[in-house]
Amino acid sequence: MRTRLGPTGLAAVALLAVIAVVSTCAPLLAPYDPDRPDLLNALAGSTGSHLLGGDALGRDILSRLMFGARTTLLGPLITIALSTVVGTALAITAAWSGGRVDAVISRLLDVLFAVPGIVFALVTVAVLGPGMTGVVIGLSVAYMPYVARVVRSAALRERNLPYVAAAWLQGRSAVAICWRHLLPNLRPLIVAQSVSAFGFAIIDLAAISFLGLGVQPPSADWGLMVKSGLDGAMRGRPMEAISAGVLIVVVVVAVTALGDRLGSRQGGAR
Amino acid sequence: MRWPIFLARRLAALAAVLLVASFLVYGLLYTVPGGPMSFLLGNRSGTPEQIAAIRHQYHLDQPFLVRYFSWLGDALHGDFGQSLVYRQDVSDLMSTRLTTTGLLVLYATGIIVVAGVALGLLGALRRGPVDTVVSAVNSVFLATPPFVVGVVLVVVFALGLGWFPVFGPGTGFGDRLYHLTLPAIALSLGSVGFLARITRASVGEELGREHVETARSRGLPESHIVRRHVLRNASIPVVTVTGLTVAGLIAGSVVVENIFALDGLGSLLVRAILQRDFAVVQGVVLVLVTAFVIVNLVVDLCYSLIDPRLSPGEAA
Repeated sequence: MRTRLGPTGLAAVALLAVIAVVSTCAPLLAPYDPDRPDLLNALAGSTGSHLLGGDALGRDILSRLMFGARTTLLGPLITIALSTVVGTALAITAAWSGGRVDAVISRLLDVLFAVPGIVFALVTVAVLGPGMTGVVIGLSVAYMPYVARVVRSAALRERNLPYVAAAWLQGRSAVAICWRHLLPNLRPLIVAQSVSAFGFAIIDLAAISFLGLGVQPPSADWGLMVKSGLDGAMRGRPMEAISAGVLIVVVVVAVTALGDRLGSRQGGAR
Repeated sequence: MRWPIFLARRLAALAAVLLVASFLVYGLLYTVPGGPMSFLLGNRSGTPEQIAAIRHQYHLDQPFLVRYFSWLGDALHGDFGQSLVYRQDVSDLMSTRLTTTGLLVLYATGIIVVAGVALGLLGALRRGPVDTVVSAVNSVFLATPPFVVGVVLVVVFALGLGWFPVFGPGTGFGDRLYHLTLPAIALSLGSVGFLARITRASVGEELGREHVETARSRGLPESHIVRRHVLRNASIPVVTVTGLTVAGLIAGSVVVENIFALDGLGSLLVRAILQRDFAVVQGVVLVLVTAFVIVNLVVDLCYSLIDPRLSPGEAA
């Protein structure tokens, strides 16, 4: 299964694995405390002791990038998990029940489609106040209809296949058929869909943190680092903004490439 | 399905969706911890008389549904209430900023159509190394969030080379466009990558069709074949995707305006959220959602118009 990802897919997996390891082991690997200011190192360039230099408060940029990977990637991970679980449950319920239940769920999804993701997240932030909780809840709800639409149409196709009727005739319950048979068959599609959505979630969450409405300082976060690095960039020290920005782009390229491989494998199997 | 019936049904659906969405936007803000009084009073603690006066002024002594419908009715007439912070009509605050956001989105759309189609054609018509490079560039464009592009543009062009002004909206039409150039590029880059991908796939598919083979075997010049036989057929998905992208730009403008300190709807919204100015939040979100839904509907209608094989209603 692994080998079918191709060289691009494998490279993407390897890169994401490295970032996952570095961010989880950040306390062991980071050369400095990410939150400790050191005015002698403020806006300093790259030196032997501070490989990427320091930010406006003299905090070590490399250490902040390592710790920042945690918030930058954990938020999107929770967002995708929530939207996938709720979206899949709604989609399978709609596809299985049909009729009025399907109609109600589909109309609900239509309404959610009418609000752009970032705008929805901003509304929840307005209610709950700036911070990760509001952003994650808002984006989960905003991403949910996209999951549900894809899964629902696949589940409708799957539901009409003979094996479902056979299981039904054997007296299996609807829940058992959906859980044991339908869901495993839809899994490749759901995985491909959520990997691609993960890329978008990273961009959206980082953007909201950049606006100052997501992760709050002094926490390290790549989106926030691009924002706070803007001042340094104006004074000719763009290292903080550029390194955080480049990391976001690299991770999203890897995630999208992986999503494309998974998606095309899925398409090829059909 | 006939056109008038189709149109009427789509418009009714649009109205229903907007009604529910407006209810969500209005209602959600009343679920704020502490209730509406907490943000109306701010950090002050009012006397009972003051609290009663505020309650009356904002109609909080009336049932929720009554308040919602009177807000919606006023909003339909262009009255979104008063800003708590600016002490100004929300509609006045929005109307001055609507032009900036509108211009930005239009400018970005222009860039997306020209650059996206050009890159896509380049990839589809020149296979080999050119195609590989273009595809790689597209992937990077797609993966780069507008705010990162924005920061890079500010550093390189505005500060390094000094070609473009960094901040502010400018005065007069020409100067405004000049000021909007960097923001429009930041807003459009991701969509350029997306549209280029779609164009490349669509043109590539048409190139392999039998009618193209036939035209080629009849000895027609390649440029004629590309123009008359390939591009026309390939344009349908391209137009659809362009439309959907424009709808997406409406949300993206929120982020971009904040980088370049443009006084548009997006920066108004972000400031209003930070200041807990809820009348403004409700107004701006309602306007953004309405624009988003209308653009989507127009795209859907165009889709049925362009492709005569699709009768209206089967477009979805």
